[in-house]
Amino acid sequence: MEIGNFWVYFAARPLFWIVVTMIAFLVATWINRKAGGTALLHPVFVSMLMIIGLLILTKTDYNTYFEGAQFIHFLLGPATVALAVPLYDHLARIRRLLLPILVTCITGSVFAAATALAVGIAMDGDSRLLLSLAPKSVTSPIAIGISEQIGGYPSLSAGLALLTGIIGCLAAPLVFKLLKLKSETAMGFSLGLSAHGFGTAYAMQTSALAGAFAGLAMGLTGVFSSLLLPLLVRLFGI
Amino acid sequence: MVQGMLLLLLCQLAGEWLMVWLGIPIPGPVAGMLILLVGLMIYGKVPDFLRLPAEGLIRHLSLLFIPAGVGLMVFAQLLAQHWLLVLLSLVISTLLTLILTAWMMQKLEQRQQNRSKANGNR
Repeated sequence: MEIGNFWVYFAARPLFWIVVTMIAFLVATWINRKAGGTALLHPVFVSMLMIIGLLILTKTDYNTYFEGAQFIHFLLGPATVALAVPLYDHLARIRRLLLPILVTCITGSVFAAATALAVGIAMDGDSRLLLSLAPKSVTSPIAIGISEQIGGYPSLSAGLALLTGIIGCLAAPLVFKLLKLKSETAMGFSLGLSAHGFGTAYAMQTSALAGAFAGLAMGLTGVFSSLLLPLLVRLFGI
Repeated sequence: MVQGMLLLLLCQLAGEWLMVWLGIPIPGPVAGMLILLVGLMIYGKVPDFLRLPAEGLIRHLSLLFIPAGVGLMVFAQLLAQHWLLVLLSLVISTLLTLILTAWMMQKLEQRQQNRSKANGNR
């Protein structure tokens, strides 16, 4: 069998791209650990670059890749539901802080989208691009839904949310030092609010408490953004 | 394990149906998370069969983002054209949001603690 045919056979199988995604992630995790765990080489970012490189080299389009990778993507749904478990574990503390949580979350969700839009408008961005930027602090599966609703490019929003997640993990240690922040709940909450799943994963490394508050912030930001962003976008007149 | 996975999917399904039925634009998985949380509060603890798959999924959350992230390649041209706008918008907004929310949360938390202390002393 010619090597070309061999490739065509395998590349068409969904299984192949699942395997590629998982191997890329393991290799990227290993690279990240070797590099001392820096957020600049975030495992997701490195895997993305490796997979995009492979797709370009083999002239495979994204749809073919996604036929396999969708099975991994699908798990984002149940994983989001699963965040109810750490939330339940820290329910007592959440109840006590309910008012600060709600006030910070509503302010933060609107602020995150408004600042992103303001910078975009100041630089005279195209309106569909701006609309795709608006849900950038919302976790990808929800960002897709919001983007669809307000008229952005859904898959671009998902990607921009990922970049936001990486930026958030890079910026967080600096910001916390600058503010001399001691409260683990505030660290977790701000991470989950501004950098969704990435921030949550990052906060989990600090402590389970920070992780639970990050998960809470991520979920609530998703809820409030779904409700408020359509209104905000209208307010900005985009 | 199977029961737990089924429960997660059922909550997601219920969330999706409920939001469509009520016409609320909250995505199904988030609604499902709230449904499961209410369920756990009523039940009073996290059953073992749920904890295993739930913690497994959360631990590997970042792997699940890769397929959507690779989708950025579709927008290579758009991003090449507007990379500065996208980068500045994301960096400035994320940095300011982190500062504002971390500061706000800590302040409000302290104020609440002081208030409950004051109430306790009375």
